[in-house]
Amino acid sequence: MTARDTGGRTLGETAGMSGRSGPAATLIPALTVTISLLGLCLLWSLAANAWPSRAFPGPGQVWQVLLREAASGDLFYHLGTTLARVAAAYIVAMIVGSVIGILLGSHRGADRFFNPWVILFLNIPALVIIVLAYIWFGLNDVAAIGAVAVNKIPNVVVTMREGARALDPSYAEMAAVYRFGFLDRVRHILLPQLQPYLAAASRSGIALIWKIVLVVELLGRSNGVGFQIYLYFQLFDVAAILAYTLAFVAVMLVIELLLVQPVERHAARWRRRPT
Amino acid sequence: MQPVGAAVPLRVDIAEKTFRSAQGVSVTALKDLSFEVRQGEFGCLLGPSGCGKTTTLRILLGLDKQFSGSFQLPEGGSGGIAAVFQEPTLLPWRTVEQNVRLALPKSLRTKNLDGLFDTLGLAGMRSLYPAELSLGLARRAALARAFANEPAMLFLDEPFVSLDGRTAEQLRRLLLTVWSARPTTALMVTHNLAEALTLSDRIIVLAPRPAHVLGIFDVRLPRQHRSQQAISGLLQSFHQKFPGVT
Ligand SMILES: Nc1ncnc2c1ncn2[C@@H]1O[C@H](COP(=O)(O)OP(=O)(O)OP(=O)(O)O)[C@@H](O)[C@H]1O
Ligand SMILES: [Mg+2]
Repeated sequence: MTARDTGGRTLGETAGMSGRSGPAATLIPALTVTISLLGLCLLWSLAANAWPSRAFPGPGQVWQVLLREAASGDLFYHLGTTLARVAAAYIVAMIVGSVIGILLGSHRGADRFFNPWVILFLNIPALVIIVLAYIWFGLNDVAAIGAVAVNKIPNVVVTMREGARALDPSYAEMAAVYRFGFLDRVRHILLPQLQPYLAAASRSGIALIWKIVLVVELLGRSNGVGFQIYLYFQLFDVAAILAYTLAFVAVMLVIELLLVQPVERHAARWRRRPT
Repeated sequence: MQPVGAAVPLRVDIAEKTFRSAQGVSVTALKDLSFEVRQGEFGCLLGPSGCGKTTTLRILLGLDKQFSGSFQLPEGGSGGIAAVFQEPTLLPWRTVEQNVRLALPKSLRTKNLDGLFDTLGLAGMRSLYPAELSLGLARRAALARAFANEPAMLFLDEPFVSLDGRTAEQLRRLLLTVWSARPTTALMVTHNLAEALTLSDRIIVLAPRPAHVLGIFDVRLPRQHRSQQAISGLLQSFHQKFPGVT
């Protein structure tokens, strides 16, 4: 998990530089990343050739499975399903967690009272929440998405509570004097100050959520990447397991590069650029 | 009740304002503070550091409601009240122009601000972010935000501190230009006597904490006649009336 996150960050920073500097500055790190990934593939295929086994397929075999699953349409169906669950759980967790976090961060008494609850929920294992959600609410998507969100919400609460504690009251006072409306306060006073905290919660959120979604799918859904991995586990088809995993990691990286980073760059445009 | 259209002054009557710290220590910042500024006049609150000037403004701005007493604000104008704080307090994530427009009521959001930006020398800075401004420019932007509102009552809390003498002088002139363009009642906090004598119609001299009014000094000389010489003359008569106040 850590290795994969670091890889994503490196790729991301490479793309981030293209916004600011010339083509040469972009090309060299991009080249490094490509060579590094090719090197990993090479090592993998060498190892697979040295120990030929059905449990350890080479990159070529995985690629074949990937093409086959893509041609049949299965790959996109399951990727899409999982992605939709990730998105739904992410949105629910971010909204609920932010609202609770901001309330706790700005009301000391409430924070003192609810802090033990937050700690309790932080420490309930994901698996327990998933199992209980399925038992109480049935084997359906609402339970699945809810369980993932509940796993993530305490983390968002803690991060956003920090953010709310760091709010500068002088901006709120300015807004009060000039009679800002509620929506303007949220958009122009609150969210910009919370943006770094939202970004932090988002980043760790997506990484955590998509991993939990796979578990939820494995335990109680009949589609999605998690379900496919479970299926191929029973067939001992490692090539298919790897194909689905790599496809999903690739999708998450593309989302990071095309969605998360541009949004963050846009949000940070007012910061004084380093000269 | 005031009859409609009558000139309503700024009338302040604060019986007491006490801060209580978490440790139980209480600090009385204001005690029996009462004064008036007539409508359309420029008043200055002059007092030593820490006497309770900012506290008074915060009460008048409605930011602090824990006090005993009452006050009344002049009416009219579209924006009601506006303030220039001790720090510029611009939103760093919005451009100068967005900062000014956001502080306007919805009906004025799209109004033409060219004249105001020109007067304040901000015409070329409208699309800059506050981090790209010098302190002097940021203070001008804060003035622009206040005046764009066409307020009936304007509060200023030492708007020119930590600027060099020439910039402060220039900004004082700009302040007078935009202030006199529309009838606005103003109350400015300062501990710079010369500044108060240059700008105001009425100086409210405060005693050290707990703040109460030591006396009122009305400056009747029209502003265009307040030359360097005239100001020194005013200084002299001020010191005669308030020996010991600097
Ligand atoms: N939030 C607060 N809690 C406790 N005491 C406070 C608080 N705000 C101000 N005070 C006290 O009230 C007194 C008046 O403070 P205030 O900020 O109004 O002074 P000031 O006249 O504006 O001073 P300066 O010219 O230095 O800005 C001070 O003694 C200060 O310590
Ligand atoms: Mg002050």
